[in-house]
Amino acid sequence: MCEVELKKENIVYAKSSLMLDNVMHYCPGCSHGTVHKLIAEIVEEMGLQSKTIGVSPVGCAVFAYNYIDVDWAEAAHGRACAVATGIKRLHPNKMVFTYQGDGDLSAIGTCETIHAAARGENIAVVYINNAIYGMTGGQMAPTTLLGMKTATTPYGRDPRLNGYPYKIADMLAHLDGVCYITRQSVHTPANVRKCKKAIRKAFENAMAGKGFSMVEVVSTCNSGWKLSPVQANEWLEQNMLPFYPLGDVKDI
Amino acid sequence: MADKEVKLMKGNEVIAYAAIRYGCDGYFGYPITPQSEVMETLMELKPWETTGMVVLQAESEIASVNMLYGGAATGKRVMTSSSSPGVSLMSEGMSYLAGAELPCLIVNCQRGGPGLGTIQPSQGDYFQACKGGAHGDFHLIVLAPNSVQEMHDFVALAFDLAFKYRNPAMILADGAIGQMMEKVTLAPQRPRKTDAEIEAECKSWAIYGKPADRARNVVTSLELRSEEMEKINLRLQAKYRAMEENEVRYEAVECDDADYVIVAFGSSARICSATVELARAEGLKVGLLRPVTLYPFPKKPIAELAKRGVKGFLSAELNAGQMVEDVRLAVNGLVPVEHYGRQGGSLFTPDEVYRALKDKIINRG
Amino acid sequence: MKETLIIAGFGGQGVLSMGKILAYAGVMQDFEVTWMPSYGPEMRGGTANVTVILSDRRISSPIAYEFDTAIILNQQSMDKFEPLVKAGGTLIYDVNGITRHPERKDINVYSINATEECAKMGNARLFNTMILGGYLKVCPVVSMENIMSGLKKSLPERAWKMLPANEQAILHGAAIIEKKN
Repeated sequence: MCEVELKKENIVYAKSSLMLDNVMHYCPGCSHGTVHKLIAEIVEEMGLQSKTIGVSPVGCAVFAYNYIDVDWAEAAHGRACAVATGIKRLHPNKMVFTYQGDGDLSAIGTCETIHAAARGENIAVVYINNAIYGMTGGQMAPTTLLGMKTATTPYGRDPRLNGYPYKIADMLAHLDGVCYITRQSVHTPANVRKCKKAIRKAFENAMAGKGFSMVEVVSTCNSGWKLSPVQANEWLEQNMLPFYPLGDVKDI
Repeated sequence: MADKEVKLMKGNEVIAYAAIRYGCDGYFGYPITPQSEVMETLMELKPWETTGMVVLQAESEIASVNMLYGGAATGKRVMTSSSSPGVSLMSEGMSYLAGAELPCLIVNCQRGGPGLGTIQPSQGDYFQACKGGAHGDFHLIVLAPNSVQEMHDFVALAFDLAFKYRNPAMILADGAIGQMMEKVTLAPQRPRKTDAEIEAECKSWAIYGKPADRARNVVTSLELRSEEMEKINLRLQAKYRAMEENEVRYEAVECDDADYVIVAFGSSARICSATVELARAEGLKVGLLRPVTLYPFPKKPIAELAKRGVKGFLSAELNAGQMVEDVRLAVNGLVPVEHYGRQGGSLFTPDEVYRALKDKIINRG
Repeated sequence: MKETLIIAGFGGQGVLSMGKILAYAGVMQDFEVTWMPSYGPEMRGGTANVTVILSDRRISSPIAYEFDTAIILNQQSMDKFEPLVKAGGTLIYDVNGITRHPERKDINVYSINATEECAKMGNARLFNTMILGGYLKVCPVVSMENIMSGLKKSLPERAWKMLPANEQAILHGAAIIEKKN
């Protein structure tokens, strides 16, 4: 333990007080930890701890509630946007967000996601897209790139057999209830900073009642991709970003 | 009382009125015959302008039950309604609601199955309602109204029991009770609970934003450590035993001197009460035991009738024989227990049941 | 007093609302009341029926299989419900579209030509209240006063201007119903 007392003006970085000390179950190199930290910082900076209710998914982030010190509901697989709708409708002045992966949000939960967006629910959605099912052991997700090897596409995703990946962010952007859709990443410090701004904007939209916001975070799953963390960041840049380009898809 | 409000209403309509009168905070639903009048009535009454109750049409029953989960997680009084195929879609959510111990109300206005089946009345969802109906060991509290008045009254009872035990409750009605109009006395308007009241009452578990004076609440049904999960299971089972001990409700009609007893619930019980009249008119001592709570099931009163000397039981249900299993468990082989039923949306007549009672029980060889 | 009545015809003839008026009137008269419709996808043109029970005692079964009175408004309903009228009971039917008239001798049969009379009055929507008038003439189970307030209850406020015409139709129905046996 460091016993040295730092003067406030000398502190250049501190852990958010909303990040709990529970040991994270995420693999080293995983994007989840970074995004959790951003959410904790944003809630703290906005002074919203007592107003924030998170909805965690089924997938690797199922235990998100162990790490960020706000009230949480754990949703059934894919149903986070419906659960968040129920909470937000009864507590319209609270900050309600969901935290979901690509299997949860864009496979089993597609219906709930699209309709929450179409209704313009005043919720913020953080969507972690790593193109694979991490928790169940690296199976194909709807977002898995063509040719990508997974546990259920051992010879690479073949569109004749497995269909094509799709960009749900672009689909949602067409809906009238949606005010903000952006695609971000956290694979470099600069991208982390941009991603934080985007999530903050989504949270502000939810509080301001502007409609449905979603921040897609194009993420790595180095374990599922069978790469080292550094290789995974490189792979993301070379393979994921051409198909899932970063930037705002809609912002009104 | 001058302000006693007697109305003529459909069972489904009265669910909507009762929800508002009893201070329900939110309704989430999806249309399906024969219960669509519940949401239609709510939308017409616009309670969001009066009591502040939220009413939302979801995109599916899967969404509505999960909105219910979100709403219930905040400690507010929330409900949904559907009919059999829609309730099947909700069954995933019910397991989660039971696992996360969330109080709420689900109304099932049953129709005949399996599959799309028919839109006519049925009691084919008894097993689904009373035996869990989804994965994992759990029970709903299940109430079976047999009149439009009980549709009204059980909304309050269901919420009371749901909050007493932190458990989802179901009103298991059917197309006949839902579509029928009868006289009903409406309760006076109760105010909805304030946020402060809810926070005081549900502080230990509900999520509404973590205040400084308590640890964060997490509503979840997940526990990966098996020794911990078993503790949760045992606690749930203890809760169910407490319900079985304290919450059994039933109506006994002419059972005191009965030689034979018909067991029937909901709309069937109405029909069978006419069977009792027929039999008594002919001098046969027939009674009717009507479970009001299907879970917890009135095992003891049935067992006591069997011990007291009732010579046989007929379980009359609009299905292929579901509740009869619980009647047999209660009677435990002491005397004959048989089933008589109609399916496919057909109802039986009082004299059909009477004939079945004679053929299967009274005159059995 | 217990009156078990079935009203049966086509959807769109006002079968369910006729039952509703009677049920509301029964409530006004302090009776126990049940109104049990056949329900289904039929809106207009399909068969529709409703069982109304009025009683001064608690009603056990709201579902009936024999009736004190049947009001029959099409041939399918005649075939189905004529046999279910209790001996000594009453069958009332509109002759329009009926190809096989009632045959039973142990019941009281009445006919009413409401279709034609409504056409004469230029308002087909008075059909069900005219039939109701005929029924009340034969079976005066509820008072005219209560029928009128039942009628008012069952109509949305915007339709209250139709109340006088409906009252006329009820009175006219009472005047034109004919005993057939």
